[in-house]
Amino acid sequence: MKDEINCTELENLTRFLIALGDDSVIYSHRLSEWCSNGPYLEEDIALTNVALDYTGRARLFYQYAAKLEDNGKTEDDIAYLRTEREFTNLLIHELPINDFAFTMLRQYFMDVFYCLYLQALSGSKDESLSAIATKALKESHYHLKRSEPWIKLLAQGTDESRQRILRAQAELENFTGELFLMETWEVQLVDQGIAVDRSLIQLEWERQVSAFLAESNIQFTQTQLQVSGGRCGIHTEHLGHLLSEMQYLQRTYPGMKW
Amino acid sequence: MQTVEPLLQEAEFDQKILDEQKIEPRDWMPEAYRKNLIRQMSQHAHSEVIGMQPEGNWITRAPTLRRKAVLLAKIQDEAGHGLYLYSATETLGCTRSELIEALQTGKAKYASIFNYPALTWADVGATGWLVDGAAIVNQIALQRTSYGPYARAMVRICKEESFHQRQGYEIMFALAKGSPQQKQMAQDAMNRIWWPSLMMFGPHDADSAHSSQSMKWKIKRQSNDFLRQKFIDQTIPQIKVLGLDMPDPEIRWNKKRGHYDHGEINWDEFYQVINGQGPCNHQRIKHHKRAHDEGEWVREAVRNYREKQNRRENSTMKK
Repeated sequence: MKDEINCTELENLTRFLIALGDDSVIYSHRLSEWCSNGPYLEEDIALTNVALDYTGRARLFYQYAAKLEDNGKTEDDIAYLRTEREFTNLLIHELPINDFAFTMLRQYFMDVFYCLYLQALSGSKDESLSAIATKALKESHYHLKRSEPWIKLLAQGTDESRQRILRAQAELENFTGELFLMETWEVQLVDQGIAVDRSLIQLEWERQVSAFLAESNIQFTQTQLQVSGGRCGIHTEHLGHLLSEMQYLQRTYPGMKW
Repeated sequence: MQTVEPLLQEAEFDQKILDEQKIEPRDWMPEAYRKNLIRQMSQHAHSEVIGMQPEGNWITRAPTLRRKAVLLAKIQDEAGHGLYLYSATETLGCTRSELIEALQTGKAKYASIFNYPALTWADVGATGWLVDGAAIVNQIALQRTSYGPYARAMVRICKEESFHQRQGYEIMFALAKGSPQQKQMAQDAMNRIWWPSLMMFGPHDADSAHSSQSMKWKIKRQSNDFLRQKFIDQTIPQIKVLGLDMPDPEIRWNKKRGHYDHGEINWDEFYQVINGQGPCNHQRIKHHKRAHDEGEWVREAVRNYREKQNRRENSTMKK
């Protein structure tokens, strides 16, 4: 009986780590698409820098998952050899970059979220997980310092930039709710003090986001119509294309070292 | 007085060059020296920026997470070099938007190597190894260039470039020692990138338009052919370690000269690509323009926002 519990615990933790790694790897991919496409050279550097941070996070989560699974698989097997139905990232990470307003508003939403979430996760009973969260938290604080002024600037810059922010908001607000949902296995990890109760973060996230956007006369309303499904492998149509690009070499030349 | 002062200034400038002292932004300098520097430094900056395109072409398809992270970091470095060099060029009295316009209208050039396509993953390796390798040979010489900001930029940039070259060689090594398909990929990329890398050093000394004046002013410290030979000599042993076939059948050690002999570069191709007819010239500039145009609304928002801020600050001060 005891073994069975441990077995489920381990499975839940691995699942959790892979999910967090998926969030990071997919988001990193999107941000990296800005390379040589930014409005300023400085922004090119900044966007790819954030992408690099998220690639780093993905690696840490995956490496830990691979270690727990202990079946010879590596971080790359996890990233490159699973299908779109096996990926469990939350949908907001996979949405195409659209324009700079969309990218930066999503970044701002993510930054506020990760500052809260990683802060809480750094208190995890699982020491390795807590260490990863502590490291990543520093990065997210830094990211937020950059995304906040951009949102203010774009919301108050010109009519066009404001319209673009509003359009981005209308699209993104259907996807922010999923950040606070949990599957049963995640709830079990919360009960064990390993994962973080996302619902407890939601209020604070909404408070911060609403107050900040209100400074630019933007009303934030989390719509009732929230899209979800990422954690169960039900994605948007965009993910398959992303993966076919990301996994191209590993799929074309199976089993090789790079 | 009116005629003597410029002469004195020029004599002082010449003396500084002679004494290996650096020329600094506020120092007097001949107009032609300034122009020559703007041309060379902005070309260098543009090369870093345009180079982001062929390498960026592989970020989303990098084969492992480690390779992806390294490539992201590398391209970020290159963009940083571009930024640094644009700033250094701005000390000569031109703005970044003027420099970008010169790039987009074809008035300013960038390294021709980036007008070739990055076709396979091995191109990322070969580019890091050969292109950055050739760049380092050039840039080490430029650490002693006479213009202070440029020389200091080179010191910093060289450190990062040698890391880039190593990552490129590491990719090539993994491929060359991998499966037959991977080895073939490495061979093919090297064969394609070898010649354009040699072209990076510019025309033969006798045919180089800007060389002699640049050497006199110590903007340039060593000749094109000298540096090219140096690059060839240091790279051939690396090809041997990879176990790849030589990209040029005429490469052989010349005991008398103490250097490797090599085949002649296809100079028609060199001039063709420099004059805008290479495989990717149009694509690179079109891409740069598109990204720049798409970002115009962002820059406009920034300008507008700052003006509003300034107005607000001014009106509070008046109160």
